[in-house]
Amino acid sequence: MHDVTEKPARDAVRQADLLQLDGVGVRLGGRQVLSDVTFSLGKGDFAGIIGPNGAGKTTLLRVILGLIEPSGGRVLLDGETLHHKNKGSIGYVPQKLVIDPDMPLRARDVVSLGLDGHRLGFAFPSRQRRELVERALCDVGAAGYADARVGELSGGEQQRVLIAHALISRPRLLLLDEPLANLDLRSEQEIVAVLGKLAREQEISVLLSAHDMNPLLGVMDRIVYVANGHAAAGPADEVVTSDGLTRLYGHRVDVIRVHGRVLVVAGEPSSFDVKG
Amino acid sequence: MHYLFEPGLLSSGPVRTALIVGTVVAITSGVIGVFTVLRGQSFAGHSLADVATTGGAGAFLVGINQFWGFLAAGIAAAALMEAIGVQRRRGRDVATGVVLGAALGAAALFLYLGTLHTATTGASFTVLFGSIFVVSPDTVPALAASGVIALLVTAVLSRTLLLTSVSPDLARARGVNVRLVGIAYLGALAVSVSLAAVAIGAVLSTALLIGPSATALRVTKSPARAMAVSALTGLAVTWLGIVLAYDSYYWPPRGHGWPVSFFVVVLVLAAYLLSYARPRRRLAPRSPHEEEGCEPVSALVAPEV
Repeated sequence: MHDVTEKPARDAVRQADLLQLDGVGVRLGGRQVLSDVTFSLGKGDFAGIIGPNGAGKTTLLRVILGLIEPSGGRVLLDGETLHHKNKGSIGYVPQKLVIDPDMPLRARDVVSLGLDGHRLGFAFPSRQRRELVERALCDVGAAGYADARVGELSGGEQQRVLIAHALISRPRLLLLDEPLANLDLRSEQEIVAVLGKLAREQEISVLLSAHDMNPLLGVMDRIVYVANGHAAAGPADEVVTSDGLTRLYGHRVDVIRVHGRVLVVAGEPSSFDVKG
Repeated sequence: MHYLFEPGLLSSGPVRTALIVGTVVAITSGVIGVFTVLRGQSFAGHSLADVATTGGAGAFLVGINQFWGFLAAGIAAAALMEAIGVQRRRGRDVATGVVLGAALGAAALFLYLGTLHTATTGASFTVLFGSIFVVSPDTVPALAASGVIALLVTAVLSRTLLLTSVSPDLARARGVNVRLVGIAYLGALAVSVSLAAVAIGAVLSTALLIGPSATALRVTKSPARAMAVSALTGLAVTWLGIVLAYDSYYWPPRGHGWPVSFFVVVLVLAAYLLSYARPRRRLAPRSPHEEEGCEPVSALVAPEV
């Protein structure tokens, strides 16, 4: 284990954790996008990667997925570096489908692809497959539109189908890229509730990116706040403070709490930067 | 054009050959076309067809079977498209347009020179608009084998192709080599276009690739059913086209049959328009997400795959 120097608002790496990022840095196109990102996620933990647009949230998710090679540090899953086999225990939910509304792909077809869509050859229908698909759709409350074309579903419904797609391979870690983007308030709450339930009842660790932390405050065990190429991690109360975020952003930032909601506001009145 | 064969549809050798070739072409185009439309690569299919025209014309000029010309040019075009990334990026349409224009220009030159050489005009027509009745029975095994290989490649890739069309990022995260799958698929598409070019001509080959699949996509909801309906639609229009072309020998101008390609393309259009006649079912209003018939989540934790 690395010797992790204690800094405020920084997660100590715990041996028993499912996911550990230890001093991870990322260079893209010769530019240092992220440096020294350290946090960990336990079994059944619900964590949000929060930060302004372009802060590197998606990049961080892609590093954990193994799609981007970090320039420094390491990513450990169950104490092991990422390799072909343990990647199977990560479920991924992309931000959106790219499929047209009139394409003949039902919600159940998309979920079924979660079982073995990466394999070569045919997938023959079977009772077992159908039951697994039904179960995954039920788990996310999407059974009512199993036979609808996915392209015709609303954003929230598509998110549920994509979560079921990830869920059917029985992952231990679920990564979601901005699952709440472009959702109406009600769908937003419903998706958060579905994910919270999966973390609680099936002990799946959930890590999602979002630009607004407020919908997640009730369910998040910990927050990974990304800004200015750095990240601060820990319980939301400890990370999201005026001092902590000022250090992270590198300029004066005020955290204002109103009715249980959090606003992050730029310190200088000349540059209003209101976050949710 | 001279279609010289006696009355008696099925006793005619050219008609039998045409029906066999038509079957291979219809099934290959029908199945592969579904993925072409799903992946939004109709334009790639059309570009392959344009370049295949050059290959067919070149083959005519040097006196080899046009199928090999179509195939060689189609594969080369597929490789070129992959290299410059036509199918990945929009905004390359200007470069593509210029290249395709040049390809058709070269086809014009080859056909002109070939016509001077052999003093027949029929070949230009055959390359551009096809003539399934003049396919030599000797080439049938090669055509059938090419079709089977293209279908096998597509079948092996089918799940990864579907996953990629849902979300390339998702496919990448699952360990699919999205680029490699794309290249292999483009190869299968090039073969399919070459086959269709033999049947109804290089210029019209896209009709058989896109038409039946676009029709199938409108009336089906699952990919497997779309492939079946698309292949059957392709078969129907091709066979009916061949029969009508045979019959047209007795239509005016008497003694000169109408081209098969004309009938096939018209029937493709008719099938597509017919698919609009089927009213699209709107989804019933959906109940809230807590669905009836779902067991409580806690009961669902245990099962093993």
